[in-house]
Amino acid sequence: MSATLPVYTKKDFQTDQEVRWCPGCGDYAILSAVQSVFPELGIPKEKFVVVSGIGCSSRFPYYMNTFGFHGIHGRAPAIASGIKLARPDLEVWVATGDGDSLAIGGNHTIHLLRRNVGLKVLLFNNRIYGLTKGQYSPTSEQGKKAKSTPFGSVDRPFHPLSLALGAEATFVARSVDVFQPHLKAVLKRAAAHRGAAFVEVLQNCNIFNDGAWDQLTEKELREENTIALEHGQPLIFGKNKDRGIRLSGLELEVVALGHGVTERDLLVHDAQRSNPALAFLLSRMDGTPGFPTPIGVLREVEARPYEALVHDQIEGAIAKKGKGDLEALLKAGDVWEVR
Amino acid sequence: MATTDVPAQRRREVIDRAAIRFCGDSGDGMQITGSQFTNTTALFGNDLATFPDYPAEIRAPAGTLPGVSGFQINFAATDVFTPGDSVDVLVAMNPAALKTNLADLKPGGVLILNTDAFKETDLKKAQMARNPLEDHSLDGFRLFEVELSKLTRAALRDLGLDARSMDRCKNFFALGMCYWLYNRTMEATHRWLDEKFGAKPLLAEANKLAMKAGYAYCDATEAFQVSYDIPPARLTPGTYRNLSGNGALALGLVAASQRAGIPLFLGSYPITPASDVLHELSHYKEFGVTTFQAEDEIAAIGSAIGAAYAGLLAVTTTSGPGMALKTEALGLAVAVELPLVVCNIQRGGPSTGLPTKTEQADLLQALFGRNSEAPIPVLAASTPGDCFWVALEACRIAIKYMVPVIILSDGYLANGAEPWKIPALDELPEIPVRFRTDAEGFLPYARDPVTLARPWALPGTPGLEHRLGGLEKQDGSGAISYDPLNHERMVQLRAAKVAAVAQDIPDLVPAGDPEGDLLLVGWGSTYGPITAALRAQREKGRRIGHVQLRHLNPLPRNLGNVLRRYRQVVVPEMNLGQLVWLLRAKYLVDAQGFNKVQGKPFKQSEIEAKIEEVLS
Repeated sequence: MSATLPVYTKKDFQTDQEVRWCPGCGDYAILSAVQSVFPELGIPKEKFVVVSGIGCSSRFPYYMNTFGFHGIHGRAPAIASGIKLARPDLEVWVATGDGDSLAIGGNHTIHLLRRNVGLKVLLFNNRIYGLTKGQYSPTSEQGKKAKSTPFGSVDRPFHPLSLALGAEATFVARSVDVFQPHLKAVLKRAAAHRGAAFVEVLQNCNIFNDGAWDQLTEKELREENTIALEHGQPLIFGKNKDRGIRLSGLELEVVALGHGVTERDLLVHDAQRSNPALAFLLSRMDGTPGFPTPIGVLREVEARPYEALVHDQIEGAIAKKGKGDLEALLKAGDVWEVR
Repeated sequence: MATTDVPAQRRREVIDRAAIRFCGDSGDGMQITGSQFTNTTALFGNDLATFPDYPAEIRAPAGTLPGVSGFQINFAATDVFTPGDSVDVLVAMNPAALKTNLADLKPGGVLILNTDAFKETDLKKAQMARNPLEDHSLDGFRLFEVELSKLTRAALRDLGLDARSMDRCKNFFALGMCYWLYNRTMEATHRWLDEKFGAKPLLAEANKLAMKAGYAYCDATEAFQVSYDIPPARLTPGTYRNLSGNGALALGLVAASQRAGIPLFLGSYPITPASDVLHELSHYKEFGVTTFQAEDEIAAIGSAIGAAYAGLLAVTTTSGPGMALKTEALGLAVAVELPLVVCNIQRGGPSTGLPTKTEQADLLQALFGRNSEAPIPVLAASTPGDCFWVALEACRIAIKYMVPVIILSDGYLANGAEPWKIPALDELPEIPVRFRTDAEGFLPYARDPVTLARPWALPGTPGLEHRLGGLEKQDGSGAISYDPLNHERMVQLRAAKVAAVAQDIPDLVPAGDPEGDLLLVGWGSTYGPITAALRAQREKGRRIGHVQLRHLNPLPRNLGNVLRRYRQVVVPEMNLGQLVWLLRAKYLVDAQGFNKVQGKPFKQSEIEAKIEEVLS
């Protein structure tokens, strides 16, 4: 297959459809990153299927020159699971948003992760409903003033990474729309993962929630407020690399390096631990005052994907009993002759 | 046939038919008892129909009225169409079962009671003020008072079982009695027990002993003076098996997959009374069947749509509440024009309704219950065995026309069983599948001129990359389109495609009189009682015809013509009048409904009474 694989460029994955996201939308950056990464994966173009639900992010398949399925609100994981079960050889990617995957489709999201179906889920998190014009979403911060919450929302938000880890997803990562090299690197890691890969992409909605991630993305704030996780590396952040994360009992704490505190005291990131508890602690840093927001791969563990297990059973049955014989099946059990 | 020596004073009577009902507490094993009697009866060669009737609660408090579970079987030397309006033999394991079932025992019928369960407390649980064994209220029946628990314990005393385990065998004592009463052998049940209790031979032995003891008890007791022979029925020659509706549906889906040459995918969420189809199909892995127990009803159909897109024969199974949840996804299947089979095993509603009881009130939901114009072909099975054939027909239509298809079955068909003539493989319909492979000139929404089907273009096929979705599409290219005239054209095309299915539907040929005073129009499981009533009434000289509609959308092309050949049209339905509403609207005929919504099938006598009322 690889011998005859055409050399693809980004252009091969672009469609002739006019992209209808608002000018300045973060979705453009995500689309561009995906279109850049797909040609580099060594996979025939016809093997890609992009599945989505409803919302701004879910227009994604129309702009990818691959097989695409624009489903219904929240149900992309179900449709994608059916595709992957039917054809494990396909590379099935799900494009979804915070409303699509965490509100109306929350159930499907956790179950696809629990089962470890070999799908790549890109959750575009802009903390707002865009396509319905500006209502608060399940990831909006408490007190969010939006179209449907003139007095501020009273809902407590989901932390998508915590949720994914709670469902014991085997691959959990985060990147940001405007961090292009980082985003592409995370997408490649997700592509290489066998099993469910969950990637939260922090994304700006410049119309209804502009600047939602400014604290992370502004040039002078980025290194202060984010921490890039690297497997096997100590957790260090800050413009001057002068702060770190230390484990203290069942909590994390931010410590300043120096005055007796060295890198050796810091938590070393281990994405491959089978117990998701430490990754969960990392996922809780965002929103905690004084803590940086983690980006990168929080968890990456191996487990045989769901579709493989399902086909193992089918192939096992065929190996044991031989291919099904319809005539024998119809005549199974107690039968009698009428003459 | 039993070969026991019959004492001189005993008589063996040859009769034509009999109906038995086993009833007791949900924990008494009545469904197993009934199934075993059914299996033996089927193997003997009688025609039969069954009606398992059980509560929604797994174990309502023991001995109470809501906890009563029953199983009725009607078997005969001639054709059987219903489980019987009333029964010849009633086996009641406790006062609650007696109280709720006695009304259906024929005057003079055999009543076998477990007198061990008629103590003061048992009567109280059944809310009976007086002991019916003492107040002569049972004088009109041939009462057999049997100490079932005591006799079973006595039979099993040497096995070393605890009292509770011994008591659980008393249903087999009763089964043994019924085998004696109808001169049946116990071999098939022996085989079943060996298989069921393979790992626990002691329990198999205990049940066999209890059954033998029941049989011997009748032999030894002077009380039983007569036993009955019901000769085998003269069925169409062939090989037969006993089959339930859900079992037939599962077999039909596997058969369709084999005929189509594509693997079967079932996305399903457990729901009564549809779960048995999921259970059944989960065994057939060597046929390449994938069963996916989804997290909810929506994911069940969503996964099936995904599997259909990827080229599998995709199916989802459910009942009313689940059907409601699948509605939006059904609309998606209509829009993306993929083959999909949706099985609704109807139950009493609305909402949770009567989960274990039968009804056919989801017809209009199947036909119209989606937003906007979203037509779907709808089929209904008429007998348990017919579920097999309807499954094949639904798969054929879905693939040929690239449409979702709804199958309507119901709780009565699902759990009821009948002898089923096993077809030869060459009797099964062809289901040709053509996947698009040629990239040259490929348009996702180009249409076949005859069927209006669009091409089935699978992901993974080089050069066919395209996008599908729920947004309105440009005719031909499938690109998103908001053009008003294109939308109207697509609405009409989707409707015309479903209407085109009518070209495959054979003309209706009414049973009974081809024209006359009255046409009975039914659909689904009313087939049995309507057929039985029709036969009885025609023997009285009435000129009646009957059509049972298998295709409910589109309707057979000659239906309008058939309706006009009779002076009156009556439509019996287990709803408030859904098909009759449709027939009146579509054909402008003065059809009248005959409706029953009690969670129970029609009795033959009820339909006969209606016929007599209409024709008097």
